[in-house]
Amino acid sequence: MTANFLTIDAVRSALQERRLTATALTESYFAKIEKQDGEIGAYVTLSKERALNKAAAVDELAAKGDPLPPLAGVPVGIKDVMVTRGVRTTAGSKMLGNYIPPYDCTAVARMEAAGVVVLGKLNCDEFAMGSSNENSAWRPVHNPRDLGRVPGGSSGGAAAAVAAEMAVAALGSDTGGSIRQPASFCGIVGLKPTYGRVSRYGLIAFASSLDHIGPMTKTVRDAAILLQTIAGSDPMDSTSHPATVPDYVAGIEQPVRGLRIGVAQEYFGEGLNHEVRIAVEAAIQKLAALGCEIVKVSLPHTQYAVPTYYIVATAEASSNLARFDGVRYGYRAEARTLSGMYRKTRDQGFGMEVKRRIMLGTYVLSAGYYDAYYLKAQKVRTLLARDFDDAFTKVDAIVTPTTPTAAFKLGEKSDDPLAMYLADIYTVTADLAGIPAISIPCGETKEKLPIGLQILGKHFDEVTILQLADAYEKAA
Amino acid sequence: MVFKLPPDAPHLQYEPVIGLEVHVQLLTATKIFCSCSTRFGDPPNTNTCPVCLGLPGALPVLNRKAVEFAALAAMVLGCRINETSVFARKNYFYPDLPKGFQISQYDKPLAESGGIEVPTSQGNKKIGITRVHLEEDAGKSLHDGFAGSDTTAIDLNRSGVPLIEIVSEPDIASPQEAYEYLNRLKEILVYTGVSDCNMEEGSLRCDANISVRPRGQTTFGTKAEIKNINSFRFIRDALEYEISRQIEVLEAGGTITQETRLYNPDEGKTYSMRSKEQAHDYRYFPEPDLLPLLLNAKRRAEIQSMQPELPEALRNRLIAEHGISAQDAAVLTSNKMLADQFERAAKAAKNPKRVAGLVQNELMGRLKAKGLAIEHSPITMDGVALSADLVESGAISGKMLKDLYDLCFERSQDFPDVYEQTGRPQQSSDTSALEKIVREVFAANPKQREQYRGGKETLHAFFVGQVMKASKGQANPQLVNRLTRYPGRVPATGDKVEIEGRTGQFEVVSVDEEHWQAEVRPLAGADASELALWSLLRLVAY
Ligand SMILES: [Zn+2]
Repeated sequence: MTANFLTIDAVRSALQERRLTATALTESYFAKIEKQDGEIGAYVTLSKERALNKAAAVDELAAKGDPLPPLAGVPVGIKDVMVTRGVRTTAGSKMLGNYIPPYDCTAVARMEAAGVVVLGKLNCDEFAMGSSNENSAWRPVHNPRDLGRVPGGSSGGAAAAVAAEMAVAALGSDTGGSIRQPASFCGIVGLKPTYGRVSRYGLIAFASSLDHIGPMTKTVRDAAILLQTIAGSDPMDSTSHPATVPDYVAGIEQPVRGLRIGVAQEYFGEGLNHEVRIAVEAAIQKLAALGCEIVKVSLPHTQYAVPTYYIVATAEASSNLARFDGVRYGYRAEARTLSGMYRKTRDQGFGMEVKRRIMLGTYVLSAGYYDAYYLKAQKVRTLLARDFDDAFTKVDAIVTPTTPTAAFKLGEKSDDPLAMYLADIYTVTADLAGIPAISIPCGETKEKLPIGLQILGKHFDEVTILQLADAYEKAA
Repeated sequence: MVFKLPPDAPHLQYEPVIGLEVHVQLLTATKIFCSCSTRFGDPPNTNTCPVCLGLPGALPVLNRKAVEFAALAAMVLGCRINETSVFARKNYFYPDLPKGFQISQYDKPLAESGGIEVPTSQGNKKIGITRVHLEEDAGKSLHDGFAGSDTTAIDLNRSGVPLIEIVSEPDIASPQEAYEYLNRLKEILVYTGVSDCNMEEGSLRCDANISVRPRGQTTFGTKAEIKNINSFRFIRDALEYEISRQIEVLEAGGTITQETRLYNPDEGKTYSMRSKEQAHDYRYFPEPDLLPLLLNAKRRAEIQSMQPELPEALRNRLIAEHGISAQDAAVLTSNKMLADQFERAAKAAKNPKRVAGLVQNELMGRLKAKGLAIEHSPITMDGVALSADLVESGAISGKMLKDLYDLCFERSQDFPDVYEQTGRPQQSSDTSALEKIVREVFAANPKQREQYRGGKETLHAFFVGQVMKASKGQANPQLVNRLTRYPGRVPATGDKVEIEGRTGQFEVVSVDEEHWQAEVRPLAGADASELALWSLLRLVAY
């Protein structure tokens, strides 16, 4: 059996029926990575020893004929912003170039407990700041669908690895769209769960109130299986939510007929690429054909989402990244004085975009500016959340394009941060409101570039969006 | 009469305005946002984890006990507990601050608007408390003892230890008031059990804000902040110095700079910190990793019910319930543990007043001589209670108690142990041996004996003293007291008498005054088991 469009269920049954060993599968993935990743750049670090040990343990279990855990032997990659005990974790930054964490991220630990084999750590924009993966301190990631184009960001390595069959699935993180936008650019499924649904413990913080961990997979069903594994409260994260975790896998099987789907004109305005519009409108028609009721809704504060996001996210980032000071771990530049060491370490350890955001965040929190920027942004954030609350009184889910355009070319926007920020225009709202959102493929452009359909749901109602996504995926 | 201040007394024309910020470490077993131990004095960086080291990806989780202690402290300081308070990040770079920010509280603190009564020369005065908030401590930078003079090492054992910051109103009008306020604050907090307020171990730290203004002026002068003061006495001294300094500056036509100053106790002076380190913009914003802290009415009531009796009330009750003096009460309530032990001991003892007396008269002096705090006394309150009971029952004498206490201090052992080890010594209660001593004493002092016989009652004390002396303090004082009680007149032949310890009446047959004895015979119904010579001292009740 070759590693070709393997899903989680396929892996599990092949292993259970002993048509395949986890060790052979893991080795085939490493061989594939060896062969392909030179031109894609999805992986930053491979954890071969850890992976093969885990695979051997799964094989031992299978040999005994014991029932295998739900994710037994599934080879996955982990975005390099989630810490892994004993495996270098860089967050895509020179600052953490040699950093070996002493503990595991909760989501990763839960995945491994469920049987996954962690192949390695996936490339990303430095500290998850970016929309093209060109901000990685190591190397840019190339979109497997067109190597001249970006895979999206910041979970670009994760999207590319899954799209190029260099992992069955991956864990990404989403602060302003970092799971859904690259999923859309690379033609895979990316799910950002409700804020608090998945523990953030061990996720290197970019913007604490906006950071989410979520699955990046080839199918909606796989996304549901991964979410099932990583969801649920964690005593190590006070913001993780105690709400019971429903059965997502069973949930997606329910019929979608009669579900009300909202379409907001604010997501179809200026800047939306024509081909993307056509594809998304066709997807909406498909959902209508499946028996869903299409309802017009209004999300009037959408236009303020991007500026609001860049204030809140940079403010929190400026504080979260203060710990990288060269004192205890990570990169340290030598200097004669303490302040000199601080300045040189942070000047040399951080890349341009990170520095830009730290400065922006420091500015908006400064005395005299706090009320005008940070406080006002928090108020707008409340209004944005209220927009969704109002809309969800009328509909069960809202569909939008995931991104205004398909994947752009490497270098195309790297000198224009503002143009780059607008790539997040349809994704930041779900992060700001904390609601769940999924991106699934919905066709291609004439240049064969994938287009993404975004489905937004109510707080803690991942089931409905997975259900719709699954129905669409099967119908398409 | 109009009194004009002499021009050479500028001090009298100004009044100081003082506010204090006190940081107190809470006595939780674990840190505020992780489960590391708060133990003091462990090897550097051993009580640490990803959270308190500020490792990438780690998140804080609030310690419930810290909240409880902080709320309890705020309540006993008379503050209103806010139903919702919010943690905030205070951002600044410092090597011993691992996250590059301190989790504290800012615009929505745990508690506000309290105050405590402080004794002043004009009676009690209320010093307002603006706010009490929760925060984490930073680590410690160690500058000494490393090769190369510019090496600094960091110990993060203290990082994440829970603190409360108690900010007073600028109600304090003199260095002495500041001193009293701190003592009172410490007493209350130690009593409540939320902190040991140990300044040497850094569990109480104080910064002072001080300005002066011409008397009668209602607006405040420019203030200076004095930091790094490590004893209450130094705070008083630093404030004294700073007041003089500010007045001198103003008198010379200068202006006060708003700044942070450090106190040097060796010189008794404050010094300006380099201005570079003062321009801080902490960029406070709500801590996104923690939910707002909610303390609803039910939870507040639960915490309220944990409030202990405060020293003032306890003193009054001890005086009322145990009949002890105000002075004894003050000593016994100098700390909560001692007061609790005393109460327990007093309740267990036959005579609570004796327990208080022993503490005051026997224990304190010995502790002082040895330079020991009462918490480190070899004799516990249980020991004091046992010794009090032994004296009370007459089993040991006061002199023996003193000797046993000395032994306890010598051996650093508690009273019950020493009492056992010395073989449960008993004071002499052997009547016949004592009678012999009494007879000898009467025989040795014929002149006093004649006067005593003649009715000079005041000589009783003299004979008691002589007998005690002759017995080297070993005699049971009550027995001595009784045996030296001269029977009024010497019985004559034919008198009817009773004999101590015997039933019935007897008739005196003959009297031998030389030897203080008489021959008696039993009358009807008397105990006739023995017919003998009886000491005159045993014949009673004519
Ligand atoms: Zn810790």
